[in-house]
Amino acid sequence: MDPTALIRVEKLRKRYDMGDFVVNALDGVDLEVQEGEFVAIMGSSGSGKSTLMNLLGCLAQASEGRYWLNAQEVSRLSSSALAQVRNQTIGFVFQSFNLLRRTSALENVELPLLYAGVGGRERRRRAKQALDRVGLAERTKHAPNELSGGQQQRVAIARALVTRPKLLLADEPTGNLDSRTTEEVLLLLQELSESGMSIVMVTHELDVAEQARRIVTMKDGRIADDRPSPRGGGR
Amino acid sequence: MSLLQVLRVAVLAILRNAMRSFLTVLGIIIGVAAVITMVALGEGAQAQVSARFSAMGADLLVLRSGSTRQGGVRGGAGSSLSLSWDDLEAIRTQVPSAQYVAPLLRLNAQVLSEEQNWACSINGTSPEYFDIQEWKLGAGEPFSEVHLSAGAQVAVLGATVADQLFGYQVDPVQQSIRIRNVPFTVLGVLQEKGQSAMGQNADDVVLIPYTTFNKRLERRSQQFVAGEIYVKAVAGKSSECSRAITMLLRERHQLQPGEEDDFSVRDLAEIASARQEGVQTFSLLLASIAAVSLLVGGIGIMNIMLVSVTERTREIGLRMAVGARPVDILSQFLIESMVLSLTGGILGVGLGFFASQRLAEQFQWAMPINPDIIGVAMGFSALVGIVFGIYPAWKASRLDPIEALRHE
Repeated sequence: MDPTALIRVEKLRKRYDMGDFVVNALDGVDLEVQEGEFVAIMGSSGSGKSTLMNLLGCLAQASEGRYWLNAQEVSRLSSSALAQVRNQTIGFVFQSFNLLRRTSALENVELPLLYAGVGGRERRRRAKQALDRVGLAERTKHAPNELSGGQQQRVAIARALVTRPKLLLADEPTGNLDSRTTEEVLLLLQELSESGMSIVMVTHELDVAEQARRIVTMKDGRIADDRPSPRGGGR
Repeated sequence: MSLLQVLRVAVLAILRNAMRSFLTVLGIIIGVAAVITMVALGEGAQAQVSARFSAMGADLLVLRSGSTRQGGVRGGAGSSLSLSWDDLEAIRTQVPSAQYVAPLLRLNAQVLSEEQNWACSINGTSPEYFDIQEWKLGAGEPFSEVHLSAGAQVAVLGATVADQLFGYQVDPVQQSIRIRNVPFTVLGVLQEKGQSAMGQNADDVVLIPYTTFNKRLERRSQQFVAGEIYVKAVAGKSSECSRAITMLLRERHQLQPGEEDDFSVRDLAEIASARQEGVQTFSLLLASIAAVSLLVGGIGIMNIMLVSVTERTREIGLRMAVGARPVDILSQFLIESMVLSLTGGILGVGLGFFASQRLAEQFQWAMPINPDIIGVAMGFSALVGIVFGIYPAWKASRLDPIEALRHE
């Protein structure tokens, strides 16, 4: 076990008690992700990839096993402490963007900084910087409904980057996009990876997964396969 | 997240559903306005009652012959005469707390002037009666002890009678009037007094010396006072005076212990306080009903906050994902409901103020708005926001971020 790994997971289990029977969504997962890696997690629905994603994102606690994130054990933290970890260490990108309606791109990107207690001027400066980084410096005032799907996802990525997190978690980031904008978003993730950002991405599409440098395949709540991407990261 | 930012988020969320928010706030506006108006109405009514009674004369006792009216089947008060002129004199001399004492003999008769005639109450009394009623003269002067002992044919007119007989052009003073064919000289006209506490027009009256009344108009008993005795007690001592008079009269009438009084003493202060209590109960009732409407407004807030939490489940999930702690979500929704209820409170105070002023004009009452009630109403509406906002806010803060993000 490597203590310097960004993500270290030991025998992680997640059980859902459905009353009559118990579902083992995660059935003993061991995983390490180093800083700067770009990992895709694949698997059919029900394979446990989303559950693993939620646990890695500190959105839920495992039933058993231990989880170190950035050298901090997070598997015993309270919900308030987990919120702080999510705020400072993790950036989320969702399939359905999850931008606030009738709220400008800039304010959407500012949101995590609001909960980090960053002051107004600094907040705007960093949000603009993040939007600039995803190529939307000209669209700061636009509300989500005035942006294309690809642009909306880029705003969401800017929001994930604005706190300068160690880890970017992307849950089917291209699931709601057409092929051209999928390309656009994947290219952005590539760029981020090349600049040193650690990325874990869940997808069920092989060609999307192949953009990563490592592909972890889940089956029945366990890791079935873990190997480098055949294309070695797309380029 | 600073309070200012939470406030800003709350206001934005409220404005996003402006119509819905307004209707919710309307419930609070009406509730607060109703409380303020009803309390003002109650206080106005109380002030009105006490003003009327003090106009009629505080510390005033009225003595009547005969048994009390509660006492079984009797001939009624004054049907058998028991208060003698000697009793009256005894009260005047032996009861120190009795400041002024005057008899009042009444009859209704037609009064004639040169031009007009008018039916009204003719009261035979003594000069002390003017002091008892604190009745000033608008013109001329009252009759005196000299007129009384001489049985002079002189009269003092109430304002209404003076108007009816002489109109506004003629000065009634030193004019002649006739009552039952007996000529009287008008000495003066009383100042207008308005309605008495019992609802009669106090100005529709002619006052003459009781000696003249007895000698010229209607021959009544020489031994007994065939009417009432008015007593003005020393200020604040009306109940002491009432007790002293009762004791004195029982002794003079040689009543045994246990035997009922053969006279009655009515203390106007007691009647006033009984009425005051009635008005108080009534205004408490009004305020309670108004408070219920405020409660209903609070339920409206709870309802709309629950809807809002459900609608914004995904937003809550996202906020949690990017780092909002449960307490952040709780305070956000709590502040939102407090902004709603306090806005309603402020507007409600305004509306309540306006409504009370209009009612005050309508009733011609003074309706004092107690500054306390504004504070109470505002505090209460903030409390409504907390009480009815806490459950939806708590519900929002306990959402599971994963479930919330998946919510459609």
